[in-house]
Amino acid sequence: MAVLEEYYDIVVVGAGHAGCEAALACARLGLETILFTVSVDSIALMPCNPNIGGSSKGHLVRELDALGGEMGKNIDKTFIQSRMLNESKGPAVHSLRAQADKQDYSRQMRKTLENTDRLTIRQAEVSEIVTDEAGFGDGTQKKYRITGVKTVSGAIYHAKAVVLATGTYLRARCIFGDVSNATGPNGLQAATHLTDSLKAHGIEMFRFKTGTPARVDRRSLDFSKMEEQPGDEYIQPFSFSTDPDSVQKKQVSCWLTYTNERTHEIIRQNLDRSPLFSGEIEGTGPRYCPSIEDKVVKFPEKERHQIFVEPEGLYTNEMYLSGMSSSLPEDVQHAMYKTVPGLEHVKIVRNAYAIEYDCVNSLQLKPSLEFKTIEGLFSGGQFNGSSGYEEAAVQGFMAGVNAAMKVKGREPYVLDRSQAYIGVLIDDLVTKENREPYRMMTSRAEYRLLLRQDNADLRLRAIGHEIGLVSDEEYERTCEKERQIEEEIRRLERTSIGVNPQVQEFLEEHGSTPLKSGITLAELVRRPELDYIMLTELDEDRPFLAKDVIEQVNINIKYDGYIRRQKQQVEQFKKLEKKRLSVDFDYRQIKGLRLEAAQKLNLYKPVSVGQASRISGVSPADISVLLVYFEKNGGMARVDE
Amino acid sequence: MRTETIAAIATGLTDSGIGIVRISGPDAFDLIRKIFVRKNGASANVERSHTVQYGYICENGEKLDEVLVMIMKGPHSYTGEDTVEIDCHGGVLMMRRILETVLRNGARAAEPGEFTKRAFLNGRIDLSQAEAVIDLINAKNDYALKNSMKQLSGRESELIRRLREKILYEIAYIESALDDPEHISLDGYSSGLSDKLDEIIGQVKELIDSADYGRIVSEGIRTVIVGKPNAGKSSLMNMLLGENRAIVTEIAGTTRDTLEEQIHFGGISLRIVDTAGIRDTEDTVEKIGVKRARDAAEEADLIIYVIDSSIPLDENDDQIMDMIKDRNALVLLNKSDLPAVVDIPAIIATGKLKDQKIIAVSAKEETGFDELKDTIQEMFCRGNVHFNDEVLITNLRHKEALQEALASLNMVKDSIRNGMPEDFFSIDLTDAYERLGSIIGEAVEDDVVNEIFSRFCTGK
Repeated sequence: MAVLEEYYDIVVVGAGHAGCEAALACARLGLETILFTVSVDSIALMPCNPNIGGSSKGHLVRELDALGGEMGKNIDKTFIQSRMLNESKGPAVHSLRAQADKQDYSRQMRKTLENTDRLTIRQAEVSEIVTDEAGFGDGTQKKYRITGVKTVSGAIYHAKAVVLATGTYLRARCIFGDVSNATGPNGLQAATHLTDSLKAHGIEMFRFKTGTPARVDRRSLDFSKMEEQPGDEYIQPFSFSTDPDSVQKKQVSCWLTYTNERTHEIIRQNLDRSPLFSGEIEGTGPRYCPSIEDKVVKFPEKERHQIFVEPEGLYTNEMYLSGMSSSLPEDVQHAMYKTVPGLEHVKIVRNAYAIEYDCVNSLQLKPSLEFKTIEGLFSGGQFNGSSGYEEAAVQGFMAGVNAAMKVKGREPYVLDRSQAYIGVLIDDLVTKENREPYRMMTSRAEYRLLLRQDNADLRLRAIGHEIGLVSDEEYERTCEKERQIEEEIRRLERTSIGVNPQVQEFLEEHGSTPLKSGITLAELVRRPELDYIMLTELDEDRPFLAKDVIEQVNINIKYDGYIRRQKQQVEQFKKLEKKRLSVDFDYRQIKGLRLEAAQKLNLYKPVSVGQASRISGVSPADISVLLVYFEKNGGMARVDE
Repeated sequence: MRTETIAAIATGLTDSGIGIVRISGPDAFDLIRKIFVRKNGASANVERSHTVQYGYICENGEKLDEVLVMIMKGPHSYTGEDTVEIDCHGGVLMMRRILETVLRNGARAAEPGEFTKRAFLNGRIDLSQAEAVIDLINAKNDYALKNSMKQLSGRESELIRRLREKILYEIAYIESALDDPEHISLDGYSSGLSDKLDEIIGQVKELIDSADYGRIVSEGIRTVIVGKPNAGKSSLMNMLLGENRAIVTEIAGTTRDTLEEQIHFGGISLRIVDTAGIRDTEDTVEKIGVKRARDAAEEADLIIYVIDSSIPLDENDDQIMDMIKDRNALVLLNKSDLPAVVDIPAIIATGKLKDQKIIAVSAKEETGFDELKDTIQEMFCRGNVHFNDEVLITNLRHKEALQEALASLNMVKDSIRNGMPEDFFSIDLTDAYERLGSIIGEAVEDDVVNEIFSRFCTGK
C-alpha cells in the first residue's frame, strides 16, 4: 500500500510549550523541522493556570530567554498583569509572574511558528517511532538508533533526530467524580498509540496525574468580598530583548479570597466520592500543586487556604480559581465553591478535573535529554514527568538544541546546577527518582544566590550566542552591560568619603551609625539600612546608568560576602562534577560499595562522580569508596580539563 | 582488571622480638606455598582459614628464618582479601630479607595505608573508622588509645550527626517556607533560630575545646619551663628525663635554644620544652632564645616557672609573673637545698600569682618531684571520668572542620543581627552542615579521602 513519505532533519512531536521551543530552536538553527500536533488550534495552549512565571518558574523563563528561547518574548506580547513576587525577601527569591491572555498567548506563539523558516506544522497523531537496531550496550540493554516516526494514517516521516513533547496527551484520561473521559486537556483528542511503540523499545513508562480548578463566570462573583491584587506600578518585562518602555500598560487585577471551615467540612464529608481517595485514579499527583481535597487532608489544622481569582484573558468572562483544583463530583464542587466569600452565587463554566497520562521514567535520559538506549531520540516537557508550562518550555528548548547539535555533529549543551535553574531541573529529572510530576522550586537550587532572575542574561547569554540562537548584537549588549557593572563596582570600591557634616546628617537621617573616619561608598552600600540608590546624594561623580545595571551593582556590592561564599561552594561542587565516569563500567567490581549503591549505579550509569552522589540510594560513604577506588586504579574516572 | 597482591612489614621498623610481614591479595596463598616449608616438609596448608602453621621461609633451598604463618581467607580478614601473615624474628635486617623474598615471588610493595584502603574498599570499615586506625597506630599513650577506640566505635560520629540533624532541620524549614509561604510562616523565625544557634554553637565550641584537650591526650601536654638564667631549668628537665640532656653549666645563659623532650608518667605524656632564661639581654644569640621562650610559653598547655630560691626576686621575675599570671602554670622554688632568700609567702606577697600552685624542689637533691607529678596529674587528668564520658577531638582535620563550622554558624548570627532576609541564612547553615559532614564522611570532599589514606604508614 502506498503511504506518504517525507524527509526532515528533525521531527518534533507535540506543539505545547516544550514542542514549540524545540521546533523553533531547531528551525532557527537551520534544520528542516516538522512539528506534529493533534490540533493546530491548540498550539501553545494554556490548559491550566493563566499565568507564566512565579516563584522559581520566573527564573526558568528568564534563563530560557537569555539562551534564545521564545516564551519570555511571547508573554511580553500577551500579558495583562505583571508582578515581581517576594520583593520583601532577598534578591535570590524575587520572581516575575505575568497573567496571560490565554488565547492571545496561544495565537502569538502560533504566528511566530508559522512565520519561522524551515518549520512545517502538521496536524496528525504520531503513533510510532521508527528505529534501526544498534547492537547491545553493556550486554544487557538493546540499543537503537532513531530514523523517524509514523503517524496513525501510516505516513512515514524520516528524520535524523526526533524530539518527543507529548505533554499530558499520551493515553490521557480526564476525571471528576465518577465521570471519566478518554481525552486530553479541554476535551482535546488524546494520543493513544505512542506509548506501546516506546514500550516495545524497552522504555519504561509511568502514569502521572495532575489537576486543574474550575473556571467561573466573572459576572457571578462579588469582588467586594475579596482583596484586590493589582499589578506592579513599574512593569519588568520577561525578555532581555524587550524594551521595558514598550510594556508599561494598563493592567487588570487578580483577587484574593479564602476557603473556610464550611468549605473544608463539605470536602471532608465527600472525600469518599473523590476518585483520588477511592482509588479510581492510579496516577501520582504533584505534592507541590495539590488539589484542595489534598490540602484539607494534609493540613487539618489550617482554618483557611488562599484562593486567587485570576482572569483567563481580556476576551472572556472566565476566571480561574487558583488553589482550588479538584476532582470531586460536580455537585460537591458547586457546593464547596459557594462557601467561599465572594463566590456565594458562583456560576461554573468548566468543572475542575484531574487528568491522568503516560510519561517516561526520566532516569532513562542522558543529561542532554537524549534517550540512553535510543540514539537520536530526545524528549522534553510533561512527557519527562515534570509539571508546569515553564518547566516544559526549558526542557523542550534544551532537547531541541541538543537534537540540532546531534544532527550537526556538535557536542550537546548540558547546563550544570551552578549555572542555571534549567540545569537543576534537568539534573534532577535524569538523576533522582521521581514518582510525581516534578515542579521547579527555589529550594531545589543549591546555589540560588548566584542563579538570580536578574542576572540570567549575564549567566547565559554567552551560551545562547555560542549555540547560535542569540544574535551578535544582543550578545554585545550583554557584554557592554557586564563592563558597565564592573566599572561602577570598581569606582564605588575606590571612592572614599571623608567625615563631614553632610554625611553625618545623611547617616543619622537613615538610622545609620555616623562615621568615625573615611569610608568607601561600597562600604556604605553594604550597610543593611542603606543601598546604592539612597546614596545618590553623597555620590557626586555618579555616572548615568540603566536600571538593570544599577540593580546588578547594588546586589553585587551589598551581598558580596554571601556571593563569595556561595561561589566557594560551587568550586567544591565542581570538583566532583569534573570527575567523569565511564558509562560502560560495571560497579559490581567494587566490593566496598553497598549492594544497593552498585545496583543503582549500574542502572543509571551516571556521567560524573558528582551526578553519582545525587542518586538516591548512593550514600556519601559509597562516593568515598568510588573516589578511592578510581584514584587507586587510575583511569576509570578521568578528570576533565 | 586484576587486583594486585601487596606485601609490607606490618610492625615498626625497629629491632624487636618479633616482626610481622603481611601479604594480602589473590596470590597471597600461592605465594606462601612457594616460600614456606612446614616442619614436616610439606608446603603451607591453605585450605583452612584462620590457622597457624610452624616452619621455615626458604628460598632456593636456603632456610631464611624460623616462622609462624597465619592463613586468613577473604573476606574474613582485615583487608577482606586472602591474607597471610608471617611472624618472623624481629630485627630490621631479617624482616627486610623476608619481605624481599615475598616481593621476588609475585607481590608488590604496599603503599602507605594500602591495607586499610583495601579494607575500606572492600567494605570492611568506613572512613572515620579508617581515620581512627591511623590515630590508633600513632597513639602515644593509653588515653589516646582509648580515645581512638572510641572514635573507632563511632561515638564522635554520633555526636556530630546529632548536631547536623539540628542544622538540617533549620535549612529545611527555611526552604519549605520559601516554597510554600502560604502554609509555612517565617514570622518571628529569626529570633527563635538565634537561640537555637547559640545552643549549637555552644556544643561545637565544646568540641573544639576538647580538641585542645584531645591533643594533650594524644600528643602530650605541651610544657614549657621558664625562669631567669641559671634558675635550674635545664637541671630540672634532666631530672625529669633522667639523663643529662641539656647543657648544664654554672654560667648564666648557657641554653641558647629550646630543647624538646617527651616523658611519660601515670598514663599521660609531657612534651617538655626547656628554654633560654628570660632576662633582658644584649647578646643576639641569646636574644633569639629569649624570644623563642616567650613564643613557646604562648602556645604551652603548662608553664613551669622555676625560681632560684637562693636569689632575691627582681624585675625579670616580675615580667615572668606577668606573663604567666592568667595561665595554666606551676611555680617551682628550686634549690631548696640552699639557704632560702625567697619563700612561698614572699611569692604570694607579690600579688601577681593567685591560682598557681607553688612547690619547693631541689633538682640537685631530687626532692619534691613526686609532688610535682601528682600536681600535674591533678591538673590534666580530672579523674578517669573525663575520658570515659566525653568525646575528645584528637584529629587536627576534625578540629579544623569544627572551626570552619563555627565560623559559618557565627556568620548566620551576623546575618540575623543585620536583619538579612531568611534565604541568606541557608548559605552559611549549609556550609556548617557540610563541614560537620566532612568529619564523619557524610559530605564528600574529594581531596579529603585520599589525604586521609596518605597519612598512613606502610604496612597498615
